[in-house]
Amino acid sequence: MSQTRREFLKTAVAASVASSLGMWVPPEARAQAKALDKDLKWDKSVCRFCGTGCGIMIATKKGRVVAVKGDPESPVNRGLNCIKGYFNATIMYGEDRLTRPLLRMKDGKYHKKGRFTPVSWETAFDVMTEKFKEYYTAQGPASVAIFGSGQYTVDEGYAAAKFMKAGVRSNNLDPNARHCMASAVAGFIQTFGIDEPPGCYDDIEATDAVVSWGANMAECHPILWSRVTDRKLTHQKMKIVNLSTFGNRCSDVADLEMIFKPQTDLAIQNFIARYMIEKNAVNQDFVKKHCIFATGPTDIGYGLPDDHPLEQGQKMRGKAGAHWSITFEQFKENLAPYTAEYVSDLSGVPKEKLIELAELYADPARKVLSFWTMGFNQHTRGTWVNEQNYMLHLLGGKISTPGSGAFSLTGQPSACGTAREVGTFAHRLPSDMVVKNPAHRAKCEKLWKLPAKTLNPKVGTHAVKMIRGLRSGDVRFFWAMVTNPFQDFANANEWIRAAREGDNFVVVSDCYPTVSAKVADLVLPVAMIYEKWGAYGNAERRTQHWRQQVMPPGEAKGDLWQLLEFAKRFKLKEVWRELPLPGLEAEGFESGKLPDVLAEAKTLGYDPEQSLYEVLFASKEMTSHQWPDPIADGHPNDIAEDFGFFVHKALWQEYQQFGLGNGHDLADFDTYHRVRGLRWPVVNGRETQWRFREGYDPYVKPGEGFNFYGKALKKIPGGGPGGEKVDLAGKAKIFFRPYAPPAESPDDEYDLWLCTGRVLEHWHSGSMTKRVPELNRAVPYAKCYMHPEDAKARGIQRNQEVVLESRRGKVKIRVETQGRDRPPRGLVFVPWFDENVLINKLTLDATCPISKETDYKKCACRVRKA
Amino acid sequence: MSAGGEGSKRRFLTGWLRGRELALAGVGGILWSYALEDARGSELPRRPPGAQQGSDFLAACIKCGQCVEACPYGTLRLARAGETAALGSPYFEPRQVPCYLCPDAPCIAACPTGALVPGTPIEDARMGLAVLSDQENCLAFQGLRCEVCYRACPLMGEAIALAFQPQERTGKHAFFLPVVRSDACTGCGVCEHACPLDEAAIKVMPRQLAMGRLGDNYRFGWKERPAISRDFGPSDSTPEPGLWRDNTERVLEELEDLSGIENR
Repeated sequence: MSQTRREFLKTAVAASVASSLGMWVPPEARAQAKALDKDLKWDKSVCRFCGTGCGIMIATKKGRVVAVKGDPESPVNRGLNCIKGYFNATIMYGEDRLTRPLLRMKDGKYHKKGRFTPVSWETAFDVMTEKFKEYYTAQGPASVAIFGSGQYTVDEGYAAAKFMKAGVRSNNLDPNARHCMASAVAGFIQTFGIDEPPGCYDDIEATDAVVSWGANMAECHPILWSRVTDRKLTHQKMKIVNLSTFGNRCSDVADLEMIFKPQTDLAIQNFIARYMIEKNAVNQDFVKKHCIFATGPTDIGYGLPDDHPLEQGQKMRGKAGAHWSITFEQFKENLAPYTAEYVSDLSGVPKEKLIELAELYADPARKVLSFWTMGFNQHTRGTWVNEQNYMLHLLGGKISTPGSGAFSLTGQPSACGTAREVGTFAHRLPSDMVVKNPAHRAKCEKLWKLPAKTLNPKVGTHAVKMIRGLRSGDVRFFWAMVTNPFQDFANANEWIRAAREGDNFVVVSDCYPTVSAKVADLVLPVAMIYEKWGAYGNAERRTQHWRQQVMPPGEAKGDLWQLLEFAKRFKLKEVWRELPLPGLEAEGFESGKLPDVLAEAKTLGYDPEQSLYEVLFASKEMTSHQWPDPIADGHPNDIAEDFGFFVHKALWQEYQQFGLGNGHDLADFDTYHRVRGLRWPVVNGRETQWRFREGYDPYVKPGEGFNFYGKALKKIPGGGPGGEKVDLAGKAKIFFRPYAPPAESPDDEYDLWLCTGRVLEHWHSGSMTKRVPELNRAVPYAKCYMHPEDAKARGIQRNQEVVLESRRGKVKIRVETQGRDRPPRGLVFVPWFDENVLINKLTLDATCPISKETDYKKCACRVRKA
Repeated sequence: MSAGGEGSKRRFLTGWLRGRELALAGVGGILWSYALEDARGSELPRRPPGAQQGSDFLAACIKCGQCVEACPYGTLRLARAGETAALGSPYFEPRQVPCYLCPDAPCIAACPTGALVPGTPIEDARMGLAVLSDQENCLAFQGLRCEVCYRACPLMGEAIALAFQPQERTGKHAFFLPVVRSDACTGCGVCEHACPLDEAAIKVMPRQLAMGRLGDNYRFGWKERPAISRDFGPSDSTPEPGLWRDNTERVLEELEDLSGIENR
């Protein structure tokens, strides 16, 4: 063997990690794999799971996805995957895949109490349309709702938004991302006037400290955590701090573990700010040039129903988002109570640790990168706690600079790309526009070629209100897509009951018989990720497209197809007529109703007999995108075949128009099929790593240094709630937000905190990963992680089955006192992936009053022997 | 110890075994097949180079001892009662005498039955696989510059290579970690023999026992030519007949199972 070859081998080995010892493929297996690889067709794609957005290569053979490899050219993961990503090829092939529409029937007809029966798509849409129109006619557009997803592909989310908002004129489209990062959105919009992180993952390789607040990146963002760990291994100065309410695997490499009492993170942040001011560590120059101080009301409640005791006397609960500017002196005064002693006492974190953490933020020579996920977002003060993190970074000027940033991670593959950027929220339109803003509506009406006043100016029902609407009767038609609501809403018993027993119609588009499918009246079988064309946007603003690889099984069809087929069943005259909308008060609109816009529709060349499909999705511009298209390069597209044009490309090219020149610039469809994703804004073919920063962001002019150019909420009252409006163009806000106690805390009756979350092996409700035998074998069921002393005090042994219960529900579950999660005394942790341990029966549906995001991290529970 | 002495001892043993084998054949195969089953079950012995894999070897080997005779290093021996290898079958203990990979493989040449596959090039021998089984005691994993096994390995850089990793504790050194490559390791056991610890941290194990297997659903993307990753081909999207079968009954049954939803 030549020296060169030896050297090559050595290099190859050196690049591998030590943990692969003994894991090399044997020669026999390698030969087999080579033979197998001969027949494989590889193509670029993206991982189905978390918001990290790892690039993968995917192989097909005889109509089946048979293999995956991490994409070595993906800048996110450089060929690596976590163990879920490893099984991307397997998730579509569970034995109980849904392949036919199933309707509850009795005596050959739809019946709410009937049994599931296979029906044709025709029958499914007939019944669905009839029920939709029945409620729509009687109660108006507010009675129908789609519960969407941060797992919608971009085109699916865009089509859903266009169908609901422009078509049937209902703003009741809200995604499961409401449970996931709504607080992050509210924090971004209130602070910067524009959504999504200023920085990117490249901050990791440039930072001196990672502070993880309420995140479990070691398990929930495994590949990013591997990057953080490498930084720790290779950069002497690097520090890692893990702030959490229980010990998790991030602590393995952390320099500082801080286990705090639930909800006290806000107080810790305020202590740090106070410390920074005291030590004269505020970057005065940066703050003066680019920031303004602000605060808002505190009597805002907990997002609970009106009659809940906690909501009484909360005068600002309907106006929780209001805020006004204050002076630095007022800001400082507000922070005065947050001394090390007070905060240490409140949080249970020793003073020295608090100071050690504060020092990191206060040190002007140290770059700091804060990460967070659900610990912040799922919080009854979720928006505040997000904003307080920007406060720390803005005070020190540690933002939008390589290595320094405040980074909100996402849990879903397209929470950013779809839910946020497309605007599948009850208050949003594409590209950060909102339904309340007349100028935004006008822009959308123009781009969508709608008559003026077609768009509904009244904010729709957010997710929690939507599911409560099923109970109250305000929502009668409920369609869940790419999500599993009856497993993932807090206080699940209420909503399962409401769906099964109320006068309503629940449609669930799903791939497997999930809890939600079981609760539905109509189940629609869907195509899964590699059975359709699509695009996702990850947490660092990276948009990644993929092509369809295989055909969906049986009669299963993509969500996009389902939306467009459903749209065929609505005539303009049914939906663009005058419609009742109780509670609507908006300038230029009559109270309580949406106007008839058919007359103007005619002048635009529309016929009232035309269908919404023809008008919204099959216009001349849309159908000009022909199928087949060279970019497909031999890949199938059953949806394009069915509709006769390249629907995905048509939708993307239209959607692209919304962001151009608006800080949300995206590239054209074909470009994304040639690159490993691009981080927006993409201007002149170049992506943007650091927004708001001169030299990186094309929207920042030379000489500005920084420009926080987001346009939203930039005119606020000055000096107090009633003050004269001040213009903050180009500036970011540094908020003061006080500590507020949780909505429910342990007491004599329910003596433990319950915190919920995830494990590495399973994703979300487990509907996909539980179908992968290897992952199911690795973690077959959810366990209740508990402190050994807490178990001992209750006479409970490890692995013993117990009843875990709250005021709302109970589950049977096995106790674990060792292993990956180590709660302090008084707290138990339960992952939520297991449908047989439906932990959301126990959780409380209290929300952040600004973001309306549920707090899944804190409620009171107790354990008793089964 | 003279070569002649060793040789006569081996001859003696071989002769004894031959006689015993015949005796067993005469008395009946019960005890013999018991011993055989036992050895098949454990699969632990390190076999001579070129040995057929697993039980095929035992089926072909007539326990004649000619390979043992032919070995110039005294590496090979025939198993006695109570040892891990099947009675009378050739094996070796690397910690005592490893296989030194004679280029002409006299042991293979001597085999009359093909139990040691004729013509096997010595570098293709798969006597087992070296496994760095004890990272806690391995000096390299503590950061010491040992790597004796790496340098002792007859296929240094191929069968055992080094992986370099940052050393967090000192902040200015690196780990030199021995990594075994199964496609090159012959299982000769020189590493195990050479390991300077009281008990070797690296050991030759039967390959079947030592190795994991990657699922067919995954490839290590970075191990393939970058060109493959750039080559976005058309997909093979035409389903094979019978890829999906009707599972309606099963799905309906599952939808009616409300045990997770009901409050038990």
